[in-house]
Amino acid sequence: MLDDAKTIKDGKKRYAAGVMKYAQMGYWEPDYEPKDTDIIALFRITPQDGVDPVEAAAAVAGESSTATWTVVWTDRLTACDKYRAKAYRVDPVPNSTGEFFAYIAYDLDLFEGGSIANLTASIIGNVFGFKPLKALRLEDMRLPVAYVKTFQGPATGIVVERERLNCYGRPLLGATVKPKLGLSGRNYGRVVYEALKGGLDFTKDDENINSQPFMHWRDRFLYCMEAVNRASAATGEVKGTYLNVTAGTMEEMYARAEFAKELGSVIVMIDLVIGYTAIQSMAKWARDNDMILHLHRAGHSTYTRQRSHGVSFRVIAKWMRLAGVDHLHAGTVVGKLEGDPATTKGYYDIFREERNPMALENGIFFDQEWASLNKMMPVASGGIHAGQMHQLLTYLGEDVVLQFGGGTIGHPHGIQAGATANRVALEAMVFARNAGRDIWNEGEDILRDAARTCTPLKQALDVWKDVTFDYASTDAPDFVPTPEVSA
Amino acid sequence: MRLTQGQFSFLPELSDDDIRQQAQYAIDNGWAVSVEYTDDPHPRNTYWEMWGHPMFDNPDAAAVVFEVNECRKAHGSKYIRVLAFDATAGWESIRMSFIVNRPADEPGFRVVRQEGEGRIVRYTIESYAAREPEGRRYA
Repeated sequence: MLDDAKTIKDGKKRYAAGVMKYAQMGYWEPDYEPKDTDIIALFRITPQDGVDPVEAAAAVAGESSTATWTVVWTDRLTACDKYRAKAYRVDPVPNSTGEFFAYIAYDLDLFEGGSIANLTASIIGNVFGFKPLKALRLEDMRLPVAYVKTFQGPATGIVVERERLNCYGRPLLGATVKPKLGLSGRNYGRVVYEALKGGLDFTKDDENINSQPFMHWRDRFLYCMEAVNRASAATGEVKGTYLNVTAGTMEEMYARAEFAKELGSVIVMIDLVIGYTAIQSMAKWARDNDMILHLHRAGHSTYTRQRSHGVSFRVIAKWMRLAGVDHLHAGTVVGKLEGDPATTKGYYDIFREERNPMALENGIFFDQEWASLNKMMPVASGGIHAGQMHQLLTYLGEDVVLQFGGGTIGHPHGIQAGATANRVALEAMVFARNAGRDIWNEGEDILRDAARTCTPLKQALDVWKDVTFDYASTDAPDFVPTPEVSA
Repeated sequence: MRLTQGQFSFLPELSDDDIRQQAQYAIDNGWAVSVEYTDDPHPRNTYWEMWGHPMFDNPDAAAVVFEVNECRKAHGSKYIRVLAFDATAGWESIRMSFIVNRPADEPGFRVVRQEGEGRIVRYTIESYAAREPEGRRYA
C-alpha cells in the first residue's frame, strides 16, 4: 500500500495547482461504509507495472466520477466530497497475479434516474481507456432499491408472458430460422409454419435479419404471421415468432413494431447493438402495446468474454432487467457457446429471482434486491439438441426458452419431426422430474422410453447422440467453494 | 387434430396414477390444485368452467384424481384440465396445467382471413365445435 495514499484534508495543499495522486485527492477511503443508497461497482483492475493497486483503484473511482488529470479549483464550488466516488476496498484476485478487485461506491445523486445511458457513461465511460491500467473489467454492480425503482423493468415479465401464451409448467421451445440469411419471405414462413406446427411455441428471426434484398421486412412479417396463425389453428395453442424490428433509426423501428402489432404478433425482437436508449424506448413501447420484447445479445462477446477487460455479462443482465426487456439470451452451459455452469447460474438468478444473495461461487459479489421489478425470461440457444434435455432442465430449470435451431431444422425427417422430437423429449423430462425420477442420472433412459412411442425423437437421438461441446471456459468464477471439514 | 395445450399433450394419455403423481408434485410445492372443463378449447379461452374451487388445503393427490373422475362422469365428452396455483409473492399465478380428458373426436379450428389493404390479413381462429351452442358441442 502507498504511504501517501491518504486524502489531503488541508484545503490549501489539496487544491494547489498541479498534479497529485488520486488517492490523495479523496478517491481512496478505506474506512468508508457504503450507504444503502450508494451504487457500488466492482472492477477487476490490472495496473501497469509499477502502478500501485490502491492508486489505480482511486484513479478508476476518480475517472468514473468527478476527477480530471489535474487539480481544479472549481471543485471547491461543489459538495465535492459527496460527488467523488470512493474506492474503499482493494483485494488481490485469487490465483491471478497482477489483478485486483476494487470496490467503488458512488453517491446516488451522481446519476439520472431511469437512464442506462447515464449510468454507463459514468461507470464505463472514459475510464476503460485509462493509460495507467493494462486492463479493466466491470465485474458486478449493486444497484440500490431507490435506483431500481426509477426503471420500468421488463415490459411483460415471466408470469404475464406465460399467462398470455397459456403455457405453464415447462420450458418454452423455440428455434431460429435457418439459414439465417438468404431465404425469401415465402420460404422463410414455411420454416416458421413447420416448426410451430410440429410443437414449438416460438420461432425466431436471427440477429442480422432486418430488411435485405432477398427479403424485405414487410414480406417477412406477412408470411410469418400467416404461418403463426395456421400453426395456431392446427394445434389450438398460442404461437409466436420473434419479428426482429432492429433498424437504422428509432422511427423505422417503431414503424416495424407497429406493423407487427397490427398483424397480431405477440412478440417483437431487437438486438443489443441498437444501444441502451433505443432498448429502453422499445421496452416502453412494448409495455404500452402489450408486446413481449425479445433481446438478442448481438455483439456482447466483444466486451463480455475476456476475463481481464470489458464488462461481465452479469452486469449487462442487470442493466437489461432495468431497461425492460422480457427475453434475453443467457447461455446453455451444454451448447456450443461460452458458459460454465456456475457462472451461468449467476446470470439466470439475476434474470429470474426477486433477490440475489451474494454468491461468489457464481460470480455474484453483492446482495441485490429487485424491488418487484418483473422477471426476465432467459433464452438458451446455440448447439443444443433433444438428447441433452435432462441436462438442460437440471441446469436451467423451467422458466427458460430452449431454442433448438439446428436441432429442429436439421432433423433427418424434416422440421416438423424435429420440433416434435424436442417437444416430446421436453414433456417426457418434465413429467419424469415431477414424478420424482432422478433425471440427471436416468435422463437417457427417460428419453429412450419416450422415443418408443415417438419415432422423430428416436431419429433425433440417433443423429445427435455423440454431439457435445466440451471446451474449457474463458470466464469461470474466481472463487470456488471449499468443502467444509466435517468431524 | 389433437389439441396440444398444456404440459403433457404430446405424451400418451395420462393414467389416474400419472395424474396423482403430477398433482402430488404440485401439492408438495405448496400449490393449490384445481379441475376445470370446457367445450370451447380456443387457445385464448382463458376461463374454463371451474369444477369447484382450487383445493387449497388438500394434502392428498388422491382427492384430485377423485374430482377428475367425478368431472369426467358429468363432462366426459369435453376437455378437462388440471391446474396448480401458486400464491407466492412475485408469482401469484398458474404453475402447472395439463389436459386429462378430451373429446373422442376433435374437429379443431379453422383460420378465417379478412383481407385488407396493402396485403394485410386479419386472422381469426374459430373452433369448428364452438359453432354449436354451449352444451351441444362434442355431444
